[in-house]
Amino acid sequence: MKMIQKAELFRLFDAVSANEKLYIPADNTAGKAEYSVYKDGMQLSSQLNTVRSAKDFFFPQTENMADFQVSGKNISVEIAPRMDEDFTIFGVRACDAKSFAVLDNVFLGDPVDTFYQQRRLHATVVTMACGRPEETCFCTVFGIDPANPMGDVSCWETAEGYCFAANTEKGEKWLAKLDGVLFETDESTVIATKEKIHAITERLPLGNLPIEKFGNGDEMMEYFGRPEWKELSRACLGCGTCTFVCPTCQCFDIRDFDTGHGVKRTRCWDSCMYSDFTAMSAGQPRPTQVERFRQRFMHKLFYYPMKNEGLFGCVGCGRCLQKCPVSLNIAKVMNALSKGKEEN
Amino acid sequence: MQTAVIFEEMKKRAKELLSNGTVARVVAWQTGDTCYDVTPGFFESVEELDEKMVFNCLCGANLSKYLITLSRMPGKTLAFLKPCDTYSFNQLVKEHRIIRENVMVIAIPCEGMTDVETLRGKGITGVLSVTDKDDTLAIETMYGEESIAKKDAMAERCRTCKSKTAVAFDEKIGETAENVSEDRFGMVAKLEAMTPDERYEFWRGELSRCIRCNACRNVCPACSCEKCVFDNPDSGIAQKAAVNSFEENMFHIIRAFHVAGRCTDCGECSRVCPQNIPLHLLNRKFIKDINEFYGDYQAGADTESRAPLNRFDNNDVEPCDAVGRK
Amino acid sequence: MQVNETKEFVPTIVAFCCNWCSYAGADLAGTNRLQYPANVKIIRVPCSCRVNPMFILRAFQRGADGVILCGCHPGDCHYTSGNYFTRRRMALLFSMLEYLGIEKERTRLEWVSAAEGAKFAATMNDFVATITRLGENKRLEDLRCKPQ
Repeated sequence: MKMIQKAELFRLFDAVSANEKLYIPADNTAGKAEYSVYKDGMQLSSQLNTVRSAKDFFFPQTENMADFQVSGKNISVEIAPRMDEDFTIFGVRACDAKSFAVLDNVFLGDPVDTFYQQRRLHATVVTMACGRPEETCFCTVFGIDPANPMGDVSCWETAEGYCFAANTEKGEKWLAKLDGVLFETDESTVIATKEKIHAITERLPLGNLPIEKFGNGDEMMEYFGRPEWKELSRACLGCGTCTFVCPTCQCFDIRDFDTGHGVKRTRCWDSCMYSDFTAMSAGQPRPTQVERFRQRFMHKLFYYPMKNEGLFGCVGCGRCLQKCPVSLNIAKVMNALSKGKEEN
Repeated sequence: MQTAVIFEEMKKRAKELLSNGTVARVVAWQTGDTCYDVTPGFFESVEELDEKMVFNCLCGANLSKYLITLSRMPGKTLAFLKPCDTYSFNQLVKEHRIIRENVMVIAIPCEGMTDVETLRGKGITGVLSVTDKDDTLAIETMYGEESIAKKDAMAERCRTCKSKTAVAFDEKIGETAENVSEDRFGMVAKLEAMTPDERYEFWRGELSRCIRCNACRNVCPACSCEKCVFDNPDSGIAQKAAVNSFEENMFHIIRAFHVAGRCTDCGECSRVCPQNIPLHLLNRKFIKDINEFYGDYQAGADTESRAPLNRFDNNDVEPCDAVGRK
Repeated sequence: MQVNETKEFVPTIVAFCCNWCSYAGADLAGTNRLQYPANVKIIRVPCSCRVNPMFILRAFQRGADGVILCGCHPGDCHYTSGNYFTRRRMALLFSMLEYLGIEKERTRLEWVSAAEGAKFAATMNDFVATITRLGENKRLEDLRCKPQ
């Protein structure tokens, strides 16, 4: 186990950022945590989570895929370059770290998305244990332990400083490069920190969500046809907040933009809450907000786990609980559906 | 009057109207799984009302936009509206979006709302319950008890409240609270006093955080187009995400312009923004300009007057003078 | 933006001209051999009030460095009152653009009648000179649309 004193953390940041781009959660002008490129003097945010999730690093909201240049009768195609520089993301929480596994199944499955793949290969993920989980957290429901975050390197904030342990070969290399900055320490303080975190996670108000009722393919159609969807979705505004702050939502759209002298092909996030999501020439397969709302939660609780060996499409980060303008969220949906099932 | 007392009266009256058949449904606020995840609620029976309805200092959501669809359903809808919601309601009636005779409005007093985002901003996290105690809010968190003065916990839009007087209602509960608010154009004036470079930096800093979730648009009572130009693939400007700074600017300029003269300054856009962009400062700039150029105007104050952009005067200010170019 | 060989900045100007007055004014300027720069791109509109704020933003997006609207003098609108509405809209829009920190000189509204060929040419000369001094439009640019 390696360690650095609290006041010395900037040395670690300086050492990492000297070699590659380093992103840390820092407070923005609105006072919210946001991943930012580390610059001299930047402070690590003390907040639990960033508003935007860490999925942005591998699956950015918009990315250029190709350019088409037209000259006379010729069209030349230029494919956008893939990421070719190493970078480090520091301070990723356990939930976001787990979300990468959810995204990997989608983008690294056949056919491989090389834009995503290259970013994953070049990134070192340094996770941070959650010393102060919030009432919106429910990662434990999905078997995630906020005291033992995964990623390439795990970090724990103890009273004296920050302790590091590598989980992967890449992580070991990352730590090895910091030999002059970190010193050896024993595990005792980290064990105490973990115990403290576990004491808190046992009290999480949403820690007992009825997850066992979901994910079973035999019951999918029953849940699909449940009457609760209509009531649940009634207040939904149809905005994309939940999908855009979600670390696991991975739907995208590809659009062509006419620049006047060519075409730019861009990929951008899409939201199943939008009226034109997967619209076809024959129309919209989900004509009202009820179906769109149901799609989002059925995807996370049934369709995704059925195709991915029971892995749920939610990591319990709680962003949708904090950000939905009308307080609709996956916890509410799970509770309402399971309550409705008991009554029937 | 105590919020709890108002809530009891609301519930009593709603039950009466539901059970005697005057209204077919009630739109109010509904409890959630935690103390603060209050959702707009739609109740069709007394039992539902009893079980789920709630009214407290966390009921910030403006319910008037839901009445566009509700007023087109069979039977009358009873809506509980806070004073600022009645402005949005009036504006929607004026634009023929709400069918007035299908709605029964009960105006309720409001002393200003808080939301859990504001509490989080004050460093109060892990909120489990919020109790309203006269001038303070007692907050139980996962990490112990906290308390905060109500006025410190109040949302920005409530600190700069335009009016505590309801402008449209069939019935009224409670007394009109006294309006002791700050100057709502203070921040706009502060921005106007900056240099163009400072203003540009300020707005780039704010708008560059936009994730184009469309929450501001979808919650806005003035944004009631059936299909938004930004969703229409034939418009040539449809976008699902802002690719660059131009698209960020364009969306917010066009949206603010489209609601200019119709925006009642309810502040929902800023409340719902997941990135805490002060979008109301764009709308308030238009309101301030309209007041200065064409005389004081408050959208939603009545249902008859013509909107400032739907009328003109032969001696209107020239655009070049409006921005002080000559 | 166009850059000629000496790298001197030549702005692109979009002029929305009302069919009933300034468009004819531009014609008159031409028949009178009055000169105004060739980088003014005229777009004919049926009335100045046809110009939606989106047109102005999109002109900037597509590479304009300045946008000017020309309509009939107040009181002379072919459709009685269109230009009065334009005046209100543009007062608010231009004020908003300035509020966002976009140079106020980049947008302009002028009243030019069909008989004012000289005014049309003078206005365009002045506007082009102003924008040339101001330089390239950076704050409302869309890099994708810049010529490569």
